[in-house]
Amino acid sequence: MTRFIDLTLNGISTGAIYAVVALALVLIWRATRIVNFAQGAMLMITTFIASSVISSSGSYWLGFGVALVCGLVLGAVVERVLMRRVEGGPPLNAVIVALGLLILLEAIAGMIWGNTPRSFPPAFSIQGYDIGGTRVLFSPNDTFTVLVVIGVALVLTAVFRGTAIGLKMRAAAFRPEVARMLGVRVGRMLTLGWALAALVGSLAGLLVAPEIFVGPNQFDPILVFGFTAAVLGGLDSFAGAAVGGILLGLALSYVSGYEGSSLVTLAALVILIVVLMIRPGGLFSSTQERRV
Amino acid sequence: MALLEIEDLTTDYGPVRAVDDVTLAVEQGSITAVLGANGAGKTTLLRTISGLEQPSAGHVRLDGQELIGVRVEDIVRRGLAHVPEGRGVIAELSTEENLRLGGLWRGADAVALSDIYDLFPLLRERRSQLAASLSGGERQMLSIGRALMARPRVLLLDEPSLGLAPIVTAQIMKLISTLASERGLAVLLVEQNARSALSIAERGVVLNLGRVVAEDAAGALAADEGLRAAYLGF
Repeated sequence: MTRFIDLTLNGISTGAIYAVVALALVLIWRATRIVNFAQGAMLMITTFIASSVISSSGSYWLGFGVALVCGLVLGAVVERVLMRRVEGGPPLNAVIVALGLLILLEAIAGMIWGNTPRSFPPAFSIQGYDIGGTRVLFSPNDTFTVLVVIGVALVLTAVFRGTAIGLKMRAAAFRPEVARMLGVRVGRMLTLGWALAALVGSLAGLLVAPEIFVGPNQFDPILVFGFTAAVLGGLDSFAGAAVGGILLGLALSYVSGYEGSSLVTLAALVILIVVLMIRPGGLFSSTQERRV
Repeated sequence: MALLEIEDLTTDYGPVRAVDDVTLAVEQGSITAVLGANGAGKTTLLRTISGLEQPSAGHVRLDGQELIGVRVEDIVRRGLAHVPEGRGVIAELSTEENLRLGGLWRGADAVALSDIYDLFPLLRERRSQLAASLSGGERQMLSIGRALMARPRVLLLDEPSLGLAPIVTAQIMKLISTLASERGLAVLLVEQNARSALSIAERGVVLNLGRVVAEDAAGALAADEGLRAAYLGF
């Protein structure tokens, strides 16, 4: 029973991280109708930047803030320079460009920071809470992670549903030409969508880095898990992405705990395929149509 | 001076000349109908006026100011609203979100939603439904209502009767007529349904293969047997 509780707690905290990555993917999907396969590489870059800032300044929160700002800028630059050219074209073009960017960023990171993964400090203590003399597998840092996920999902939902800028972003994503005819500056909305998504992505990088270390290829599995979580949630829903992330985290934690950790990636792919076969719209889908 | 003036406008799609040397004008508070068969260049004419296509030559002036070269989103801000063919409602958004979208750039100066709902009571009942669930007539009303949110001076309408039952078409035409006469809008009305368009328009232009083949008062066009047989089909 203790083992089950530990695995559950561990599943919630790792699932929360998948959820943040999923939120970044859903954000780009909702804002531009593109699945950003370079998300993992983009958050890897900002996490490396955070690592450098932390080791030179000694301040975790300075590195944290710098990474978020860099994410914002990186997202905007990627959209303006690269994605702008393939927006409105066949979806596959955008996918190929994103994959190219992934390879490019990983190579650049290797050249600058080297290919050996380095450790990364957590925001808060990673020592589990002491409950009645027993240490549980859930730490203050995990609490922070879960709160961040809930906060980000709530803020994004509120922005997209309730604000004028959210309405404009959705219109620009669904029907760019119609949006322009209604006075929406579509280009700005797409840039904003990428910037916000990269900001959320860099947050995910900061949260996951203490566990998996920072290296050019360290974040690849995280993107796969984040993508699976996003598809679980239906790709269109922020709440779905958050819940999908937690569910995936739990499932993978049980697989890892009861069957062995070598099966985790395989299990994620099985879940992805099963969901796509049985409920292609995702567990929380509101629309029937799926373009990817 | 007419509110909307189009002078020698020519638009090419590659080697195909879709709009060829078109000149026409729309006065404030009046309706000009643009008639013609499929492929006559009517939709391209509207798309060029609203900035979606770049012309090879010619001028579009709103209140004397050149619109050629101005971006779509800025042309809207000059007071020109284009209701596209196929209605252009965003199916994934609710009725009310579609309406709000139309007035966003105006900020606090946008028309109140309740005014649009008074004009289209059906839309009030459907306010929280996704636009995807609306009927053809309701979508047309939503599309026109959304354009009105930003208080335009000129309204471009592309085939508002397309796919609508005759009784709904009659309602829409009556509404368009009211918008021009009571609100002073200049309306450029593109229609294949020449009979209903000419019934509310002051003037009419007939396009064929991108060129103006006839231009006259609406009554005179409707009475011209030869023109009706050759281009208007009624």
